[in-house]
Amino acid sequence: MDTFDWIVTGAKAAFLVVILLHVVPIMAWVERRGSALIQNRLGPNRVGPLGIFQSLADAVKFIFKEDPVPGHVEPFYYVLAPLVSLVPAFMTFGVIPFASSIQLGDRMIHFQVADLNVGLLYVFSIASLGVYGIIMAGWASNNKYSMLGSLRSSSQMISYEISMGLSVIGIVMVFSSVKLGDIATQQGELLTHFGPLLLPEALQFPRWGVFVQPVGFLIFLVSVFAETNRLPFDLPEGESEIIAGYHLEYGSMKFAMFMMAEYLNMFTASGLLATLYLGGWQLFPGMGYVLHEVQAYFQMSALAGDWTRIVFEVVSFGIKVGFFMWFFVWVRWTLPRFRYDQLMDLGWKVMLPLSLANILITSVFIFFGWV
Amino acid sequence: MLVKKKKGIFQEFYLVEILKGLYITFKNLFFARKVTLQYPEERRNYSERFRGVHYIKATNGVENCTACMLCPTVCPAECIHIEAGERADKEKYPIRFEIDVLRCCFCGMCEEACPKDAIKLSSIYEMSTTYREVYDKSFLLEQRGNK
Repeated sequence: MDTFDWIVTGAKAAFLVVILLHVVPIMAWVERRGSALIQNRLGPNRVGPLGIFQSLADAVKFIFKEDPVPGHVEPFYYVLAPLVSLVPAFMTFGVIPFASSIQLGDRMIHFQVADLNVGLLYVFSIASLGVYGIIMAGWASNNKYSMLGSLRSSSQMISYEISMGLSVIGIVMVFSSVKLGDIATQQGELLTHFGPLLLPEALQFPRWGVFVQPVGFLIFLVSVFAETNRLPFDLPEGESEIIAGYHLEYGSMKFAMFMMAEYLNMFTASGLLATLYLGGWQLFPGMGYVLHEVQAYFQMSALAGDWTRIVFEVVSFGIKVGFFMWFFVWVRWTLPRFRYDQLMDLGWKVMLPLSLANILITSVFIFFGWV
Repeated sequence: MLVKKKKGIFQEFYLVEILKGLYITFKNLFFARKVTLQYPEERRNYSERFRGVHYIKATNGVENCTACMLCPTVCPAECIHIEAGERADKEKYPIRFEIDVLRCCFCGMCEEACPKDAIKLSSIYEMSTTYREVYDKSFLLEQRGNK
């Protein structure tokens, strides 16, 4: 790596960190306003226009609040736990591409902090590290409710990680790559088959993961809810049963770090869903036409045209991710919490066989060359 | 007896029901009337009979109260304390008239017992303070309503 590469990578990482740090307060606001509107209330609307600065006020409160360490906890692990759950949450988004690439001179710049050749596996390995923070918090809190919360979290993680991983195998088989950049690029091609049927020219649509792997998409979507501890699978928190679960003993900024980790996990999950199943940075139908019109209207040079394309792709990716972020909030305020045995039933008796069947059927399709 | 409800194939398959639920919340999100009352700007309309902060009615600047002690007698919370005195024209009047609002339960019995129409409950309900307040006579003599 020479200086240029260092600068480019640093700029991409800085861009991503800034985005990630802004996602949390915005999502906290969206969650509060969204939940309020769904429940026919208005929600926080006083601080700033539409209450958008409410999160800022909350952040100030979190920072300046007294931060006591209760006497009965294990201080070292108690302080470490929020960090352990926050750091992986920041790390995962690095391999998700948020735009395609651009040619600068003789160099290719990929809009992705690290194009690892183990892309997808990296996401899974780092994302499952987050549960260590939760277990550590529950154990170090030395409190029965916290302990129950973290136990639930770990068992939930085990049951759903399997079906999540298996559902993605379908995608990996179809696009024959675990590099997220490759997967996103290949989704720009057209889907020529509908099962054994050959589609006519007019009916061919982009080969997005959701069209190639509809069942895999559903399983992945449900598993992601369990993975990020969001309702209807937020048993580790379960306010009415175990008060707040693993973060019961935490206050001020330590609690805020758990909350940040939750929202960042949501953001990564949305990015992953968009990349794997909705074509990642691929433009929406119609946006390509608009892009050409814009390029022609302003008579852009090749470089300026390329940068416009990048902006369009980032916007397209943003819309997809934003939709899933909103979907998380929307589902949270629609569905009640699952009972614990129902959660386990769903995980082991429905999702696991379904994802195995999905792999089987996908391999049959690939064998006959239908996908 | 536990009756097992027969479920259709669509109800067995969660996702359709979940989509219905999402549709309902989506409708609520945009089209439902919001019930929130934006408090300092908007206020709820209470009835005329609402029982709020007390006041002693005065005619021509003189309180109606004759210190007959009916209100402290009837008061179930025993929060009214009156010390009676005599004016130059031999009429009784309260030297001290204190209401311990922390004890008051706003039942309105004093208002009903008063033969002189002196003690009244206004419709003001904003009475939070940062100290333990006892309403004295000068406070109570501010005319807070038109009952």
